[in-house]
Amino acid sequence: MTPETYTATATTLKWLLGTAWLLPLLGFVIEIFGGHWGGRKSKTAAWIAVAFIATSFVLSVSAMAVWRNATSEIRQQQAASIAAHDEAHGHGAGSHGAAALAHDPHAAGEATHTHTHTGHVHTDRPDFDPLRTTFTGEFYQLARFGSLVVSMDYYIDGLTILMFLMVTLIATCIHVFATGYMSDELTESYEDHQVHLSGGRHFHRPGRFYRFFAFLSLFCFAMLGLVLAGNLFQVFVFWELVGVCSFFLIGFYVERKSASNAANKAFIMNRVGDFGFLIGLMVVVTYFGTFRFANTSQEEVGTPGLFQMVRDTHGHMVTEGEGREKVVLIQSGGNTPWRDQDGKQKVIPYWLLIVAGLGVFAGCVGKSAQFPLQTWLPDAMEGPTPVSALVHSATMVAAGVYLVGRFYPMFTPEVLLTIAYIGCITAFVGATIAIVVTDIKRVLAYSTISQLGYMMLALGVGGWMAGLFHLVTHAFFKSLMFLCSGSVIHGCHHEQDMTKMGGLRKKMPITAYTMLIGVFAISGYGIPGLPINFSGFYSKDAIIASALTYVSLNPQHFLLFYVPVVTAGITAFYMFRMWFMTFAGTPRDHHVDEHAHESPLAMVAPLCILAFCAWFCAFRGEDGGLAHQILSSEPTHVREGIEHSGNLGLSLPSHHQIHEKHATAGWVALFAAGLGSLISYLFYCRRILDAGVIGRQFWMIRDFLIEKWRFDELYDVMFTRPVHVVGRWCQGFDQRVLDGLIHLFGRLTLQTAHIDRAFDERVVDRLVNVCGEVTFAAGRSLKGIQTGRLRQYVMFIALGVVSLFVLVFTFLPRS
Amino acid sequence: MDPVGLNHYLFVGAILFVCGIVCMATKRNAIGVLMGVELVLNGANVNFVALARFTPLGLDGQVASMFVIVLAAAEAAVALAIALNFYNNHLSIDVDRADDLRG
Repeated sequence: MTPETYTATATTLKWLLGTAWLLPLLGFVIEIFGGHWGGRKSKTAAWIAVAFIATSFVLSVSAMAVWRNATSEIRQQQAASIAAHDEAHGHGAGSHGAAALAHDPHAAGEATHTHTHTGHVHTDRPDFDPLRTTFTGEFYQLARFGSLVVSMDYYIDGLTILMFLMVTLIATCIHVFATGYMSDELTESYEDHQVHLSGGRHFHRPGRFYRFFAFLSLFCFAMLGLVLAGNLFQVFVFWELVGVCSFFLIGFYVERKSASNAANKAFIMNRVGDFGFLIGLMVVVTYFGTFRFANTSQEEVGTPGLFQMVRDTHGHMVTEGEGREKVVLIQSGGNTPWRDQDGKQKVIPYWLLIVAGLGVFAGCVGKSAQFPLQTWLPDAMEGPTPVSALVHSATMVAAGVYLVGRFYPMFTPEVLLTIAYIGCITAFVGATIAIVVTDIKRVLAYSTISQLGYMMLALGVGGWMAGLFHLVTHAFFKSLMFLCSGSVIHGCHHEQDMTKMGGLRKKMPITAYTMLIGVFAISGYGIPGLPINFSGFYSKDAIIASALTYVSLNPQHFLLFYVPVVTAGITAFYMFRMWFMTFAGTPRDHHVDEHAHESPLAMVAPLCILAFCAWFCAFRGEDGGLAHQILSSEPTHVREGIEHSGNLGLSLPSHHQIHEKHATAGWVALFAAGLGSLISYLFYCRRILDAGVIGRQFWMIRDFLIEKWRFDELYDVMFTRPVHVVGRWCQGFDQRVLDGLIHLFGRLTLQTAHIDRAFDERVVDRLVNVCGEVTFAAGRSLKGIQTGRLRQYVMFIALGVVSLFVLVFTFLPRS
Repeated sequence: MDPVGLNHYLFVGAILFVCGIVCMATKRNAIGVLMGVELVLNGANVNFVALARFTPLGLDGQVASMFVIVLAAAEAAVALAIALNFYNNHLSIDVDRADDLRG
């Protein structure tokens, strides 16, 4: 597009999305300072929050329209180029709907040759570059340290706008839901039954309705800022801010010990991951000199961004050397390597690029509750259910996956393999624990961990689109299910234990059937070929297809396929288990069942909206709008895959290869899901098999799972206890050594004082006394002269006079 | 023998003086001590008169001895007063008893 159109569109998008981003902040400021003006019983704060976030949603929709309009020509060009490329290589019809998009096939894009030192690639590529549909720029420059500029930037591409839409839509629904759910707090004296006071008294406090919405608004601001961020440092700033908001929201019921502990745990485990993030940041800024993702502005010739520096325009990482000395040549946007003033080639050692990738991924491990930092997420269910729905299923935990997707061009194949394995382990661990949990929110929490593992796995095996596709669909159906569980909890008067529920679909039909839509979506049910399958079907399908292709290219990593398939079955099993235990069968606890009622409209309407989205958001699956929106931002090197790259010789699959395996993968996934739900049906609906018997038979496994794989105990032994031991050593050192030293000095001073006193008493005082005594003795002895006898005095006088006369006359000269 | 000259008178004056001193020093009776004092003063008077006759001192010597006589009388009066007071307190005029100011 022309520079003028670029600038105009960039400015429009900047204002639209910038306002959409900042409105929740304004809401936060208003609510936190003035929220209690309306009194504790008014819902004004909630309506302000809802109004702002709904306006953000409207602004996001218009931003989407603007973006699509501005980039339609480029996207058509790219689609046509892809279609022509596919046909030229005989890739067959039905290749990912490229034909459907290209209304007017132009001549094929130029074939470009690039022989690099990495891997073997196709000799000609379609003309696809996500940076051509990206708008980047600067909001405000914060500081300048030499050549490092720290600023608030924006990076707006299809993925950004999609995330904005998703976050604002889900946030709006959840805000509306929360006005109903949190209505308990609209009172002057809220009685919190889970706070234990001494003496068994009840705990009362004023209601905190407005603060909830203030924190929700702040969270939305932070999340949208993270998504909009154009440089890595800004991502980190908002990363921390979402962590802080999560802390506030989890610890909303501050007086409950469990809640404040959970908030601490969440924040601290996030910080552990952020340590790795900081290392990654430091490596990046040292070698690349900037944090910016990319610079697509056509008017100014600025420094290229990270994505343009690490790979050339065809998406290849240009390396030199082997083994330890392998370095990556830094590009300068375009295909020219970057040379500084002395003509030296700027490079980054390959292993440091791996370190940077792993570092940033470590932050994602913390944020997205991957193994080994996953234990905070189930405890985070201590927060109110709308928080769990918004923060811990759809948005904050998705931030990690989003960052992996965004930072994708910087990841080397070794890092991707690590990501895949961690995702794989996480998926499996989360799913197995969810089988035995009885708290309805915990089931969903472990399910979230498991699905996030799926997303990481997908991103790691080269299925970039699949991972982010699942992110979006998961956000919808998971938040739907959390809201349904919130409705159930609200209706059953804060009963969260599924063993006390049962048969609730008669009393809460809308909740039950929207939850069923969510369960179908997460299990990945659908009939292949239909455009109206549940969204989870398409996304899970894409993931398993990518995994299958990757394993077929790298057979030694076969686990990366088998584990997701087994986990898919387990997912279906425990999801249906949850649904059957809650909504089917006969009520297990009559007290709960009597008082159960359907929730009010404010809570049920968002459920319906989200259920609609959970079903239809992936309309037409991988040929549909959602998939193409994501694909428009796909990094250049993903489409064609790589063969035998990196130090481990890993091959990443291309779209074409994935497409070949797609059908097989689809049937395998469906089979697994079907098997899982069938077993669940037999256990929990028909009661033909008894879960209790199996549980007792395999009690060791069951206990292991109920103890959450004993991760908490492991971390207790690995970290908490050594810290206590070190603490005790320090205490001992402090008491015995340092205090001993000080006591020693004290005793020394005391001894010195004793010596001084002795000296003073015995020597100095004696001296003084001796002087006095000598004088006294002299005086006493002289006293004897005064006898008082008059005659003696007279005699002395006479004698004295005589001797005086004699002396005078002897010694004085006679005159 | 020489005619009676100055030295003879001075010698007499010295003897009176010494007798007066010895009397002052040895008498236990206060009146006795006073008598000694008189003797001393008279000895000095003889000195004065002798020197008045035989040296150019002239009448100054006589005048001085008049002073001495008056002083002697005044002092005897005072001394007797002291002795009377002493007798009032101690019922004796033994000077050896007046040793209260002993050190």
